[in-house]
Amino acid sequence: MAAPYDKNDDSVVVVIGSGAGGGTLGAELAINGIDTVILEAGGRHETEDFENDEWPMFSKISWLDKRTTSGSWRVAQDFAGLPAWIVKAVGGSTVHWAGASLRFQPHEFKAHTTYGDIAGASLLDWPIDLKEMEPWYAKAEDRMGVTRTNDIPGLPGNNNFRIMKAGADKLGYKECHTGRMAINSQPRHDRAGCQQIGFCFQGCKTGAKWSTLVAEIPKGEATGKLEVRPNAQVLKIEHDKSGKVTGVLYADKDGNQQRQKARAVCVAGNSIESPRLLLNSASSMFPDGLANSSGQVGRNYMRHMTGSVYAVFDKPVHMYRGTTMAGIIMDEAKHDPTRGFAAGYEMETLSLGVPFLAAFLDPGAWGREFSSAMDMYPNMAGMWLVGEDMPQEKNAITLHKSEKDAHGLPIPNVHFDDHENDIAMRNHAYRQGAAVYDAVGATRTFPTPPYPSTHNLGTNRMSEKPGDGVVNKWGQAHDVKNLFVSDGSVFTTGAAENPTLTIVSLALRQAHHIKDRMAKGTL
Amino acid sequence: MRLVDKRPKVSRREVLAAGGAALVAATVTPAGVVMGKAWAATPAALKPETFATLVQMSRDIYPHDNFADALYATAVEGLDKAAKGDAGTKKLLEDGVSVLDAAAQKAHKMPYDQVGWELDRVILLRAIEKDPFFQKVRGHLVTGLYNQPKVWTLLGYEGESASKGGYIDRGFDDINWI
Ligand SMILES: Cc1cc2nc3c(=O)[nH]c(=O)nc-3n(C[C@H](O)[C@H](O)[C@H](O)COP(=O)(O)OP(=O)(O)OC[C@H]3O[C@@H](n4cnc5c(N)ncnc54)[C@H](O)[C@@H]3O)c2cc1C
Ligand code: SF4
Repeated sequence: MAAPYDKNDDSVVVVIGSGAGGGTLGAELAINGIDTVILEAGGRHETEDFENDEWPMFSKISWLDKRTTSGSWRVAQDFAGLPAWIVKAVGGSTVHWAGASLRFQPHEFKAHTTYGDIAGASLLDWPIDLKEMEPWYAKAEDRMGVTRTNDIPGLPGNNNFRIMKAGADKLGYKECHTGRMAINSQPRHDRAGCQQIGFCFQGCKTGAKWSTLVAEIPKGEATGKLEVRPNAQVLKIEHDKSGKVTGVLYADKDGNQQRQKARAVCVAGNSIESPRLLLNSASSMFPDGLANSSGQVGRNYMRHMTGSVYAVFDKPVHMYRGTTMAGIIMDEAKHDPTRGFAAGYEMETLSLGVPFLAAFLDPGAWGREFSSAMDMYPNMAGMWLVGEDMPQEKNAITLHKSEKDAHGLPIPNVHFDDHENDIAMRNHAYRQGAAVYDAVGATRTFPTPPYPSTHNLGTNRMSEKPGDGVVNKWGQAHDVKNLFVSDGSVFTTGAAENPTLTIVSLALRQAHHIKDRMAKGTL
Repeated sequence: MRLVDKRPKVSRREVLAAGGAALVAATVTPAGVVMGKAWAATPAALKPETFATLVQMSRDIYPHDNFADALYATAVEGLDKAAKGDAGTKKLLEDGVSVLDAAAQKAHKMPYDQVGWELDRVILLRAIEKDPFFQKVRGHLVTGLYNQPKVWTLLGYEGESASKGGYIDRGFDDINWI
């Protein structure tokens, strides 16, 4: 059979979501000869639709369906209706991502063993280790064209990076460079090299930045074995009497309900929508939600310890020129409990334009304290702090008790409390970030609070034992043989690194697992 | 380094009229037009006096001494538009300004937009900063003010760059003092 597929064709693998996980999985399945339909809730916006303009681009493709928040995290106060920045479009959040692509450190797959029991944290070891992941990381790095791998040179450092580097050198940090980025430093795989446009968060106009939209999905479609159906929001996953999934119910662009049959279903809607969909798929056979016999669906929500440090200098910097995430300091990523917390964090340059900086520099602030900072915009440098946060059972995506979406389904609530360890790490990171800038003459620094979550993880965690989590080491639901989870929600723990390289590696690995199972006739 | 010209691309007359941290000087004509220095607005929903006070309040919330009043007036036009579409918003803004003026009368025997020192006006604002009225105005300004391309220029932000070939040949790494 070839794409497009009939809705009654029950031989297809249905993938829900076309982002880092779903877009990669769908393409890799198709490349391996498997008939695949990706259902994507958002529309399809190609490169010509991208704008170098922060708010219009945000409004155009972000997931803005209503969500509520609770918990002590500052995001619930500053952005009560926007817990996360996730894209609703073909390509998912890879359209807006910055491109930082780092492998986990070996101990991060064994967080419980390494950090021990930490009060309040639901730490667990991953059922896989770095050794097992290495070939998949290598394959992903090649596919994504990650700089500093596969003989691809690093990107040149922009002004924002050069400030960071000078500060890092002064502080004696040893691992500071322009990062491992899924951005072409030179033309590769039919995509151009980076022109230092500086709007990586708005969709890359040159195609230098990897996304599933420009890199994976076209490859999958070229095989004739992949159909990407945009404006198709899955509402429910259906199953038969034996407990096997049979297909999905989705709303098309006119809001009409359609049913797509499937041989297997792979959920990749990111860590808020994926558990929400499983919970909304409750039935008499699975009263607590699909794949939820462990009660772990939606729990252990992680969003990385984050924060930013911006600094003002007495001379110009122009941080917005060139790649948004232009460099990294990795020295603090290690696990070194003498710092007063478990696990580690990365420091990565970041730049926001005036429109976003006004909203995010110090949400709620006003008066000269704030406007005088904005006045120094050209003289600013910035970095983002991103580290491993502690999984906690109570941090969870749950279904709202009363509020419903346009399709009549309960909206999600996102609950998050910072763990003591997260707070200690953030304070350390604020101090070190400011020290980097102070070392090169900053006249003022700002410990900027977290933005809405861009790294959403852990809500369908992977576990060795079915009682501890939702999916096994392949991302297959412990409870349902032909149901898979294929996005960042499978993360058992968060690690310090930006998650996407690991999401893509796991998706590639899962595609080959599905292919093997199909070949053996067990799927 | 390639520096950015922060000077606004406006006429000399407008620059002269822009007038720094002084009070926003606005008068209301009998026809209901708010006349400022080099700007004028005809509010669609708000009382002209309310509009004028909101312009002053906007400057006090995000004071930039090189911004002309017209930029704050443009931001307030967004509030006026919201008030036109929603009676609740209109009431919130009208009542909010009344309360603010009453507080100014009590403390200084004059309406808010006549109080001479910025600090005195800021003290009045601090007292209401948790109120929905203040939050509405401040929240709106985040985009209403800072998302204006003219404001970007004044803050030294260059905006769109793809059509100019990005910064690869335009100073992405030209820092010369580090
Ligand atoms: C501004 C920004 C910068 C970032 N920078 C980096 C970075 O430098 N490095 C890094 O590693 N990560 C970065 N990230 C995070 C990265 O984008 C995500 O980790 C990654 O894309 C997550 O992959 P995913 O497959 O879980 O979800 P997504 O990529 O978000 O894809 C989920 C898709 O599923 C769709 N969907 C959801 N529910 C349904 C449904 N019911 N039916 C149909 N479709 C549905 C959504 O519309 C979406 O398209 C960044 C994110 C943002 C927003
Ligand atoms: S800086 Fe490079 S990666 Fe970022 S948007 Fe521009 S060309 Fe694309």
